Amino acid sequence: MVEHRPWLTFIAHAVLIFGAFILAFPLWVAFVASTQSAVSFNQIPMSLLPGGHFIENYSAVLTRGVASAGAVPVVTMLMNSLIMAMMIAVGKIAISLLSAYAIVYFRFPFRKTIFWLIFITLMLPVEVRILPTYGVVASLGMLNSYAGLSIPLIASATATFLFRQYFLTVPEELLEAARLDGAGPWRFFRDILIPLSRTNIAALFVILFIYGWNQYLWPLLVTTDPNYYTIVMGIQRMVTVADATPQWQLVMATVILALLPPVIVVVGMQRLFIRGLVEIEK
Amino acid sequence: MAEIELDGVTKAYPNGVVALQKVDLKVADREFLVVVGPSGCGKSTLLRLIAGLETLSGGHVLIGGRDVTRLEPAQRDIAMVFQNYALYPHMNVYNNMAYGLRNRKTPKPEIDRRVRETACILGLETMLERKPRQLSGGQRQRVAMGRAIVRSPAAFLFDEPLSNLDAKLRVQMRGEIKRLQRRLGTTGVYVTHDQAEAMTMGDQLAVLRDGRIEQKGSPLEIYRRPATAFVGGFIGSPAMNFLDGRIEEGGRKLRVAEMFSIVLPGAGLPEQEGRNLTVGIRPEHFKINGNAASVELPVELVEPLGGQTLIEVLFGKKIVTVSLDGAIAIKSGDRIPLSVDPAQLHLFSLENEVRLDCIAA
Repeated sequence: MVEHRPWLTFIAHAVLIFGAFILAFPLWVAFVASTQSAVSFNQIPMSLLPGGHFIENYSAVLTRGVASAGAVPVVTMLMNSLIMAMMIAVGKIAISLLSAYAIVYFRFPFRKTIFWLIFITLMLPVEVRILPTYGVVASLGMLNSYAGLSIPLIASATATFLFRQYFLTVPEELLEAARLDGAGPWRFFRDILIPLSRTNIAALFVILFIYGWNQYLWPLLVTTDPNYYTIVMGIQRMVTVADATPQWQLVMATVILALLPPVIVVVGMQRLFIRGLVEIEK
Repeated sequence: MAEIELDGVTKAYPNGVVALQKVDLKVADREFLVVVGPSGCGKSTLLRLIAGLETLSGGHVLIGGRDVTRLEPAQRDIAMVFQNYALYPHMNVYNNMAYGLRNRKTPKPEIDRRVRETACILGLETMLERKPRQLSGGQRQRVAMGRAIVRSPAAFLFDEPLSNLDAKLRVQMRGEIKRLQRRLGTTGVYVTHDQAEAMTMGDQLAVLRDGRIEQKGSPLEIYRRPATAFVGGFIGSPAMNFLDGRIEEGGRKLRVAEMFSIVLPGAGLPEQEGRNLTVGIRPEHFKINGNAASVELPVELVEPLGGQTLIEVLFGKKIVTVSLDGAIAIKSGDRIPLSVDPAQLHLFSLENEVRLDCIAA
């Protein structure tokens, strides 16, 4: 739609700027708050310009952590979150690719039934099955481990479904050409199907990484050892301290740090993602 | 280099559709067989059975004397060119051609030599680094050919490879494929629904209908002596005209559409005396002249093509197409005198559409 009416352009921009402001302002406030000292933070109204405690606050949370919250350095928590999110994202993609490949390209009994069983699990988010899952993980001795943090979240109906839909659009002749070229099932999967799916893989990686990064309830349940705390649950621990005022300027610094990795993933993958979209060809 | 033999090949799908019924077919070494037929006649299935992409319900497939009925496609030593080319979109031209060789564990220098040689034959040397999407339709077609040639298989299989090209390119590629096949001397099976491709490309032609081979022979043989009315109507362009006829006077004369009579060559068809049959006349076999055997017919439509003129005339209640050489000054509404050489009539039985030949005198 191309329209040339100045007032329309003006309104469009006004709406966009307003929207951007609504999104960006809280982030700005969080950043400003993370640069204040404990005293200046509590002044009302708080200054909207960055204070002078940037280095002090950030080095405090990164290296020492917040004493009242178990004093886990944010670096450790960031590492834990990164490991968990990567394991979840990579694991989900690997499992979903394989299961979608099986469902689309192999004829075996109860193929349809199995697909629908997988599909039905979409209706059972982590929160619904959290108690039995906890029981299983606990009995397997996986509490306080990266495996316990990520494996129960790896099975993914959504990703399986998306890959299935994509595989169904790959022309049958490609498989036939590959068979004539002497490619077995594994080679076809590795040489043809995965490279063709790279756009989907990139897009899913972004979504799943953020999903894994933002996990809150599950890490809260399965970790009691501070060495396995993740950043998102760590923030919660900083806020709900007993017998003390939360050190908000440190909490805000942690929040800003927790935001960075997902932003980096989105920005970094976006270029690959768009390039993949432009290259799409069947 | 190998001959291909189909022995009683039957294909029935689980839903009960029988695509092929006891087909026997032999393609000699170095021969180019074109399988032609309307859509749904089973011609693609035939090709896919040879390739091993489908399993047979009965019969045997032999390539080079070796029974390959139960072998995987890759073990049959054949290469196939698909209608949509089926190039690997993420690989460049070089890798598209090299992929099959790599899977066969061909040594690297050998792969390189063969790919470059093939690219040279097909004029693709400058495009080896390009991806399929950066190529035109004709170039993609060549890459698909290259992927087949590079493996130097025992046989090529073509599944309507030209139907995605525009008309001009199609004629050009038609010649190229034919020349290439001659030059390489590889046995080929080529499936098409286009009768012009069938006529021009094949050493041998097999006309398929409803899962059976209706006729097999050289293109001109089939053009001159179609075994059934279906073959007559399918091969030749514009299509053969069909009229009702009756044999009279002890088989010596043919009455066509109750409008005129023709003396049949030789002793005629004495056994068909008094019977009705189908008369097939090719548009190009009509002559315009005013001799005794001609009939005057009203012109419905004139289509001048330059080199020839197509005229639709009203033959009783039927529209009949007449093709005359050159540009002829006729307009619709005119009446023109037409005649046919009795030797160029095709007579088919009404019951089973089978060709009836006049007895020599």
